[in-house]
Amino acid sequence: MAALKRYFRSPAAVLGLTLLVAVVALALSADLLFPRNPLGLAGRPLQWPLDNPRFWLGTDTAGRDIAAQIFHGARMSLLIGVVATSIAIVLGILVGAVSGYYGGVVDEVLMRVTDAFQTLPNFLLLLLLIAVFGSRIETVVIAIGVVSWPAPARLTRAEFLSLRNREFVEAGRLSGLGDLRLIFGEILPNALPPVIVYASVVMATSILLESALAFLNLSDPNVPSWGNLVGQGRSVLRTEWYVCAVPGLAILLTVLAVSLVGQGLNDALNPRLDEQ
Amino acid sequence: MSLRLAIDGLSVALPKSADRPLALDSVSLTLSSNEILCLVGESGSGKSTAGRAVMRLLPPSVRIAAGKILLDGQNLPDLPEAEMRTVRGARIGMIFQEPMTALNPLRTIGDQVGEVFRVHTTLTRAEIAERVQTLLTEVLIPDPVAAAKAYPHELSGGQRQRAMIAMALALEPAVLIADEPTTALDVTTQAQILKLIRDLQRRHGTAVLFITHDFGVVAEIADRVAVMQAGRIVEQGPAEEVLNRPQHPYTRSLIAAVPPLAPADRPRPDGAVQLTVQDLVKTYGRKGFFGTGRVTHAVRGVSLELRRGATLGIVGESGSGKSTLARCLARLIPADGGSLRLDGLDLRTLSGREWRRESRRMQMVFQDPFGSLNPRRRVGDLVAQGLTVRGLSRSAALEKARELFGLVGLDPQAITRFPHEFSGGQRQRIGLARALALEPEILIADEPVSALDVSVQAQVLDLLESLRQRLHLSVLFITHDLRVAAQVADDLIVMKSGEVVETGPAAQILADPQHPYTQALVAAVPGRHWMPPAVATPPEYAPL
Amino acid sequence: MAASGPVPALFPDVTMALLSFALRRLAVSLPSLLLILIGVFALLQLAPGDTVDALLAQMGGGDPVQIQQLRTFYGLDAPAAVQLGRYLWRLVQFDLGFSAIYGKPVAAVIAERLSVTLLLMVASLWFAAVGGVVLGIIAARKVHRWQDAVISTVGLLFYATPAFWLGLMGVVVFAIKLGWLPAGGFEEIGSGKTGLLRALDITHHLVLPTLTLGLIFLSIYLRIMRASMLEVSTLDFVRTARAKGVPDGAIVTRHILRNALLPLVTLVGLHAGTMLGGAVVVESVFTLPGLGRLAYESVIQRDLNTLLGIVFISAVLVIAVNFVVDLLYARLDPRIRVKGH
Repeated sequence: MAALKRYFRSPAAVLGLTLLVAVVALALSADLLFPRNPLGLAGRPLQWPLDNPRFWLGTDTAGRDIAAQIFHGARMSLLIGVVATSIAIVLGILVGAVSGYYGGVVDEVLMRVTDAFQTLPNFLLLLLLIAVFGSRIETVVIAIGVVSWPAPARLTRAEFLSLRNREFVEAGRLSGLGDLRLIFGEILPNALPPVIVYASVVMATSILLESALAFLNLSDPNVPSWGNLVGQGRSVLRTEWYVCAVPGLAILLTVLAVSLVGQGLNDALNPRLDEQ
Repeated sequence: MSLRLAIDGLSVALPKSADRPLALDSVSLTLSSNEILCLVGESGSGKSTAGRAVMRLLPPSVRIAAGKILLDGQNLPDLPEAEMRTVRGARIGMIFQEPMTALNPLRTIGDQVGEVFRVHTTLTRAEIAERVQTLLTEVLIPDPVAAAKAYPHELSGGQRQRAMIAMALALEPAVLIADEPTTALDVTTQAQILKLIRDLQRRHGTAVLFITHDFGVVAEIADRVAVMQAGRIVEQGPAEEVLNRPQHPYTRSLIAAVPPLAPADRPRPDGAVQLTVQDLVKTYGRKGFFGTGRVTHAVRGVSLELRRGATLGIVGESGSGKSTLARCLARLIPADGGSLRLDGLDLRTLSGREWRRESRRMQMVFQDPFGSLNPRRRVGDLVAQGLTVRGLSRSAALEKARELFGLVGLDPQAITRFPHEFSGGQRQRIGLARALALEPEILIADEPVSALDVSVQAQVLDLLESLRQRLHLSVLFITHDLRVAAQVADDLIVMKSGEVVETGPAAQILADPQHPYTQALVAAVPGRHWMPPAVATPPEYAPL
Repeated sequence: MAASGPVPALFPDVTMALLSFALRRLAVSLPSLLLILIGVFALLQLAPGDTVDALLAQMGGGDPVQIQQLRTFYGLDAPAAVQLGRYLWRLVQFDLGFSAIYGKPVAAVIAERLSVTLLLMVASLWFAAVGGVVLGIIAARKVHRWQDAVISTVGLLFYATPAFWLGLMGVVVFAIKLGWLPAGGFEEIGSGKTGLLRALDITHHLVLPTLTLGLIFLSIYLRIMRASMLEVSTLDFVRTARAKGVPDGAIVTRHILRNALLPLVTLVGLHAGTMLGGAVVVESVFTLPGLGRLAYESVIQRDLNTLLGIVFISAVLVIAVNFVVDLLYARLDPRIRVKGH
């Protein structure tokens, strides 16, 4: 496929994919390499990386193996990224499609609701949801999805608005297709590429949101999470700064990977940019 | 007359990924002061590239490979970029096709016209403002003082094009390159702009390179003609010579495909009235929370009758409401008032379900060969869709699609391909196959050939006519092009601002229009005094 | 034959047109504000425990009669709808209620914290917008050359960096290792500085937080600006300008720049809320006594009245930013004034 070929022509996109594969590999090999509970006591606290061959990324304030937490944390980050993104994208597509296709009062109402979500700072809404529903990991993931749907909804709506009066849609309507088939069979496949590209942005943001929550001690303390680890390390920042540095770097690389893949997809799906 | 521009053996190379290596292949042309040379050709012939090459405004991946472009003896490809900049706008002016996008939306007209003086001269602000006024007056913009202060979106397309012309002629350049400057305009506006260009050219003795695809425009404005095909010039000579005694087979086939403005000679069908529309009304407007927005009366009280087996042409310029009318008839958009009866059955009052059953009887062919086919579906599925929705099995529907492909002159095996694998003319055939799949009684054709090159246009019109006869179709044919209308329609209705201003047999309306607007419309048809010569050899069409 | 129609009358006064446009946009945001308040109020009804519970937890318990009296005092015994009605009515009178935890009106609590957050936001926004625009222009002008590669790479890195981590690493480098900047706080407490000295002290304290909050937005703006510049430079009117003989530099400043700024301006408005959210984290990292930190504390302490107050103020703040952005947009784009969007 031409798009695939274009994707692999860009070094940045290939780098992103490599990084992403690496993170997935971390997640998959976590149980194999670190079968013990990553949150359990492993050794003397605050050993610097490489000081002890058993803990090549060192230990944290509570004497837990940082490497184990990085590997198991990859799993959490990816899971949060994928699930929260799916929730946000599905919700966004539904709202955007209905709003853009039907227009009128339905559109007006849905857009006011979207406005409301976009007017309320999403991190604040996230705090509210956590305060009300607790900070179990499932709740956190759903909450992140719920605060992230407005942007994909607006994007889908804009696509639908520009597509719904295209002649091929009119032709479909004349052929006797009903609304559902027009929305999902005719318009959505054409509206999807930019939304899929945007999913990478949502995924990057989701991972960042969860890590920020965890950093503030508001995410689930019972799952290994990179943000949690950074939060733990704050108390020893002056001397043992590596406790913060290592998991932060992991977040950075993961988000970078997702963004690069997203950008690569965008360039591959919109070939007109490389004519220049 | 003295020689201003000489293009000698000019070749322009395309990037490797293009479908041919050269956009221009050894093109040689001369252009003298006080003459208009029309460079005419179909899309992809390289005619626009020629204009850009002279200005050295080619895209980065396209470059001049060989040849000379001599402006008053100075070879332009040799000039350093800084010096070339002093040529652009000052010694060569250029106008473009799209008046909507060719002006910066965020700056006033006066500012953009004045920019030419700011760049090339040392005039003071007051002097520039004065010159701008003179120019805007010269291009006959109504109220030049207000126009200078206006932003592009506040002007009509024709006024914007006038502003573009003012800009291009500001410094009285020796050469003016006009790249399809009237293609995006309505026919009456086009006539005005052509006249303006002609007048200004005479007054200033400018040498004009006029790029167009339209032989009517050529007949209207050209002193000399050069015909391009696939990057080469196949024929050039005085306009009168080329238009009436074309030598090259390609020129002959192109000219043969131009529909004459006289109605086709055929008996008027006298079937019973099939479709009756009475006082149809459609209003667009926004009823917001905070007061009412602007209201547009797209269709106001239109009545018409379509006889079985007849073709009714609906002509009008953009904004006349003809497309809205078509969509109201097909119930793609709900009408606000009036009645719509098909063999006595009032279609407007049908419920959604009842309409879906009846919609089979009235199908539509669209204008845009690219926008009217869902790019993500196989063309066979597109044609079969209406049948499967109505309960036919997929295999039977596809079989029928194959049959229809044969009927519209396409390879039946091609039904598994995607739309992007077809040319514009082939796509219109697919659109036709899709409309015919449901065996309609009435075909609504909304500008079905407007986006096509003239030779392809002739083929599609022929096909439409033969299908109409074979399948006993009644046709509502919407077009802005009176030449096309003359060829296909038995009766005509002329629309303006949502209303019907004149109606009657096509021959009568074209020969003796009654309403002032219709008269203006007929008078504005470019090259209406030129009768395309009957060519002995039949036009050679490219095989499908 | 009549020439093409007359020139439509311009607005007699551009300022009036701008204002009426912005006011229309403002009117549209009122339903959103109401929706937010109702939604959040309903959400908080679901929260386990109310203000009285939080208060009791602080006091270490109380007897049932006292609890009942407290509930009546705070109006918590009425049905939810009545409470909502009362709350909205008080809001109209600019009364945000009483914070049991802080022992004073919510409005007073918020007022103490608001200026810190506003200062941080304005500074970060300026930094991000100016930096993003300048870097975006440079990258677009040097597209596919090393300058572009460096700027785009650095932009991507900052985009992927979690703000809290960037802040902490900034503290490690600039406060702990180099000792150039303070590690946290809004100003030196008890130093008794006034006037210019105090302003300098606050600036000194806000350098790291501003960079931390601003860099992510800077990276977004620079990417949008770069893409937008490249997009606009392919448009027809740029070709027209070339055909007029306008030099490259003037084409950028006179024709491309303003058009390219439009999507960026829209984005700044959309990001107002995101930035306020980011303030929660950044203020927490640098122990700044701002609105974000207050929000965090009220979540921990279950001070729902204060939380609701913060939600309200934040929404108003976002709407205000968007109002300014709309004015700016309409100032830049003459088309929008007429269309009304």
